[in-house]
Formats: sequence, structure tokens, C-alpha cells
Amino acid sequence: MRLLRAGRWITAIALLLLAGVYVRALVYTPVERLQGLAQKIYYLHVPAAIWAETAMIIVGIASIFYLFLKDPRLDRFAHASAEVGTVFAVLMLTTGPIWGKPIWGTWWSWDARLTLALFLFLLYVGYLLLRSAVADPASRARFAAVLGICGMVLVPFVHFSVYMFRTLHPMPIVLKPSEPSLPGRTTSSTTSLTSFCSGVTISRWIDSGSGMISTLRRRLHLLGLVAHLVDPSDHVKGLLRQLVVLSFQDLFE
Amino acid sequence: MPSSSSLRHACAVASKDLLVEFRSRTGILSAVVFVVLVLMVFNFGRDPTAVSNLVLAPSILWVTFTFAAILALNRAFQLELENQALDGLLLAPIGRGSIYLGKLVANLVFVATVEVIGVPLVALFFNVEVWPHIGPLAAIITLATLGFVAVGTLFSAMTVRTRFAELLLPVVLLPFMILPLMWATLATTSVLADRPLSEIGGSLKMLAGYDIVFVVVSLLLFPATVNE
Amino acid sequence: MLLAEGLRHRFGAVTALDDVSFRVQPGQTLAVFGPNGAGKTTLLKVLAGLIQPQQGRAQVDGGRRAIGWIGHQPQLYSQLTVRENLRFWASLYDVAVPGDLLSRLGLTEYADRPVRALSRGLVQRVAIARALVHDPAVLLLDEPFTGLDRTAAEAFSGLIAQHAAAGRATVLVTHNVEEGTGLATDVAFMRRGRFVHFAPRGRRGPAQVAEEYRNAIV
Repeated sequence: MRLLRAGRWITAIALLLLAGVYVRALVYTPVERLQGLAQKIYYLHVPAAIWAETAMIIVGIASIFYLFLKDPRLDRFAHASAEVGTVFAVLMLTTGPIWGKPIWGTWWSWDARLTLALFLFLLYVGYLLLRSAVADPASRARFAAVLGICGMVLVPFVHFSVYMFRTLHPMPIVLKPSEPSLPGRTTSSTTSLTSFCSGVTISRWIDSGSGMISTLRRRLHLLGLVAHLVDPSDHVKGLLRQLVVLSFQDLFE
Repeated sequence: MPSSSSLRHACAVASKDLLVEFRSRTGILSAVVFVVLVLMVFNFGRDPTAVSNLVLAPSILWVTFTFAAILALNRAFQLELENQALDGLLLAPIGRGSIYLGKLVANLVFVATVEVIGVPLVALFFNVEVWPHIGPLAAIITLATLGFVAVGTLFSAMTVRTRFAELLLPVVLLPFMILPLMWATLATTSVLADRPLSEIGGSLKMLAGYDIVFVVVSLLLFPATVNE
Repeated sequence: MLLAEGLRHRFGAVTALDDVSFRVQPGQTLAVFGPNGAGKTTLLKVLAGLIQPQQGRAQVDGGRRAIGWIGHQPQLYSQLTVRENLRFWASLYDVAVPGDLLSRLGLTEYADRPVRALSRGLVQRVAIARALVHDPAVLLLDEPFTGLDRTAAEAFSGLIAQHAAAGRATVLVTHNVEEGTGLATDVAFMRRGRFVHFAPRGRRGPAQVAEEYRNAIV
């Protein structure tokens, strides 16, 4: 199906670009003095953390719109976002200990950031399990929407717990009140991960709801995405705008 | 703001639930038995030199209370499904919010009963001074219980009609329970260790904030779980 | 008085209601016959306000307060006594339990027994009492004869007839044409969400209506 293939093309190209960024991150950045090679995991772990949380918020927003508009496409979008969020939560749960073992000496520590990852993982698993346990599609969408909204409301509570507890983890330095202070490499890996995320979300969404989106539109958007990525400076805002346009334009067509 | 008639209806629903529970008494008995079981197991299992009572007591307290809460939550809407009484409730000229509030109050009373029995038992078996701290403890217990029972009442309305209903509720509720539990256990430990009250201020504020937000959210979302 | 206009409702790909319109006046009893899955229960739920129809509207004078529902499930709490059940349901409608309700239905001696200790026929009578406790102007009956033996079914029919004689409107849905026809002033056949027949019963007896139903539906 042409639509399916288009969605898969986005994911494939995004993956390629992602690979490129990571080669650059891993090979061409200087090795950090204190933490050694393990620090490189940061390039995966931090964007994964941002997206695991953001995906939950997207699920919540899509759920709110679903409860008002009752459009099944919104429900499918929430579902797709939840699946992507699960992937990133699992990513966090695996990269976290891998980074932690050489630094802390243990595989798992109950520090705030890993606990946040566990929370998000449990939220997503609960959401997906609830969906699979309800047979009637209308009830399923309603129940999932309710749970999605509750999950979205929970995220800020969990996030701010990080600030309230003693932690072994480096303090979150991106979502601080002051300027994000990560080096440029991390932010560009964030943007490529963003495009990867959007590609996967959209292709999952297309997979689940065929017949809705024009192929030409897809290809135009894809070109736009590629153009953003080739430019190495921080175009997070531009990309996020692209993502929003891409996702919602087709929802309301 | 809820009107007086909706509060009256909520009271009617709550008293009906409590009357039903009182008639069968199986729920409250299972919960109390569980409390005693946990207390005995922990007592036999621990090494007094390695782990002090003060470290164990808060965790035991909260484990037993959460179990009681899950028990109550599972039964709350199960009761309505038996003879399709839920449809009757929906047909009646009462607001959906009244049904939610009534169920919430009934669940809270159930869990509170277990807590009122559990706290003295823990104090007794673990030789922990509870009475001098009874004020702050009561505040912590009330706030935390309200938090997870509010969300649990909302979720149980959904899970009760799914496959694996009793298994699904704890799974879905888990992240929403852990958060208030986290603050509550921290605060309980601090209080029982005779630390100054100012230290639990942060936890209490978080619990109160959590309660307000989730009671409101649950009240707003409840109609979506029962209306078609 | 009860009104349905252009009701349409689908559950996914299944059409439950397909342009249903009718009117039921006080004193009338509409019997809707149809096979399972025809949309009968959905129709009643829309009339009761439990489901918002995707298109069209349903209106009952007096709203939910004026509606009584009797289904094949009794909507009672088995651990509570008859009296306690009635008192609870009455409180939701902001009324007191009418003094003669129990005696009218022959339930006085069972008033303080828990519902789970009663036989099926008695439970159905308690369900009727529950539906009538707030003196509704409209009765909605969903397969009410399910599980009732001959005697109980006749007693039930008698009660409904009394209710209609007192000037209330009734809508009865069932797949059992024989039992429903006796009560009806108007008859409708429902198939796949549509009324394929809708007319006053006139002088037709149960056998005749059953014959017409078989011809219409099969």
C-alpha cells in the first residue's frame, strides 16, 4: 500500500540520518575526562528521556481531543504515541544501567532518573494492557483516553520528584529553569531522535489507519524533514513545528 | 460546586455501599487478616540486629494499607455489575459525579477502617511510639489514602468490565499509587524517627497537591467511563 | 408522552438504529418485536437517555425522573433486603417508598428478607416494585418475560396492564411475540435497526401477529 510504504520510507531515512549522527557523536567527539567512553551513552539516554516524557504528554493531549471530538483517528494517534513512548522508556531503562555500571558500580540504583524511567515504563505498559483488555472499540478508545489523560497529569508530578530527592544521577541539565547547557552534539542527536520518533509515530499511525493520508503530502513533508536534518545547527524549534504540522494537518484534513 | 441534592445522592450511594459491605463482611475481614499476616511474617523474618523496627514499620504500614485499598476498589464496582445495578444508577436522575463521590467515600471508609486497626497493631507488635506523633501521622495517612483511592475509584469503573479485571486494576493503578506512597513512606519514616515537623512539610504539600489535582481530574473523567 | 425522531446510531460497522421515528401517548403500550441484534435494547437505551443517538432525538416528558425500567436483570443488591433496596432506589429519585407498594405486589411478607434468598419470580416482582417506586409516567421493558414461568408471566402481564390503564405510556421490547401481544395497543417489528411494520394492534390476536412477524422478519 502506497501510504504504508511512504510511512516506512520516512522511518528508513530517519534511521539512516540517525545512524549518521551517532557515528559523528561516537567517533568525532572527544572522550570525556572523568567518565570515559560511558559518557557517550548520554547521547542516547537524554533524548530518550525527553521523548519518553513527551510521548506521554502527546498521548494525554490526543486523548483530551478524542473525548471532545470522538474521532477514532485521534485515538489511533494516541495509541501510536504510546507505543513509541514505550520504546523510549525501555531505551532509558537499558541505557541507564549500562551507563551506571562503570560509574556507580551497580546495575540498578533507586535514583530519581531511573525511577522516572520505570514510572513511565509502567504507565505505558498499563495503557497498552488496558487497551488490549477491552473488546469493544468505542469503550476501548474512551477508557484509553481516560488513562492517557491521567498519565499525562502524572508526568509533571513524577518529573518534579527528581528535584525533591537526593540522587546519584547528574541533575537534569536540559529542563532546568536556566539555559540548556549541553554541548551541541547532544542537541543535534535530540533533533534526529525527534525525527526518528516522529517517523516511527507516523508510520505506526499510518499502519493502523490506512486510507487517510495522501502520498504526495507525505513525500513533501519528508523532503522538509530531510532539509532540516542536513543542517547541523539546532533547529529543534523548526523540527518540532514540522512534526506538529505533519501530525495534525492530516488529522483535520 | 456540587449542589445539596447531588451530595445527598452521593451519601445515599455511599451508605448503600457500606451497608452491603457490612452485610457480607468478607472484604474487611480479608484485609484485617492480611494485616496480621504481614505483621507476623515480618516479625519472624527479620534480624533485630540488622534491621531496626523504625526502618520496617513505615513500609509494613503502607503495604497493608495499599492491599486494603486494592481490595476495596475491586469490590466497589463489582457490586454494581452483579445485577446490572449500575444501569439503574445511570438511569436515575442523579449526576454521574454523585456516583463517583459516593463510591469514593465508601472506599475511603473501608480503607480508613483497616488503617485504624492497622496502626495500633503495628505500634504494638513493632514497639513503635505512635501516639505522640498521631497528629502528623493522621495527616499523612489521610492525604496519601485519598490520593490513590481517588484515582483507583476512577480506574475500577473501567477495569471491572474488562477481562482479568482484578489483575488489571493493580497494574494500571501502580504508577499512580507509587507516587503518593513514596512521599507518605518518606514522611512516615521521618515522623516516627522524631525528626522536626518542618521536614515533612514538602511531602505534605506534594500529597495535598496530588490529591486536589487527581480528585478533580477523576471527577471530570468519571462520566466518560460510564456513559456510552 | 414519548417521542422518537429520526434516530440513527451505529456501533462501528453495525447499524443499531436506522431512522426510527414514533410517538407513544399516555395509555398506549407499544410492543416492539424483533430478533436478537435488531437494535431493540439500543432503542430503549436511547429512549432512557443512557445512549446519546448519533443522529435524531428522543424525548420523554419529565426526563429520567419519569422513566421506570424493567429488564431481564433485576438491578437490585442481593445482600440487601427488599425494603432496603426500595428505600435506596427511592432516595435517588427524591421520593419516599409508597406505603401500599409492597402490598400491591404481594411482597409484604418478604419485605425484610435479603433479595438473594428469594425465588426468580419474587425477584422479578421486587424489580417491578423498584421500577414503580417513583411512580413513573413511562415504563420501558427490556425482555421482561425472560426466565419467568407461566404463572409469573401472567401476573406480570396483569401488572403492566394495570399500569397502562392508569394512563401511563409503555414501550415493551421482546422476541417473544405471544407474550407481548396481549398487552400491546400498537405493534412494531424491528429488523436491523428499522421498523419494518408499525401499526395499531387493532383486533389482531397473538397468533395472527406472530404469523405476520414470521413473514416480515424471515
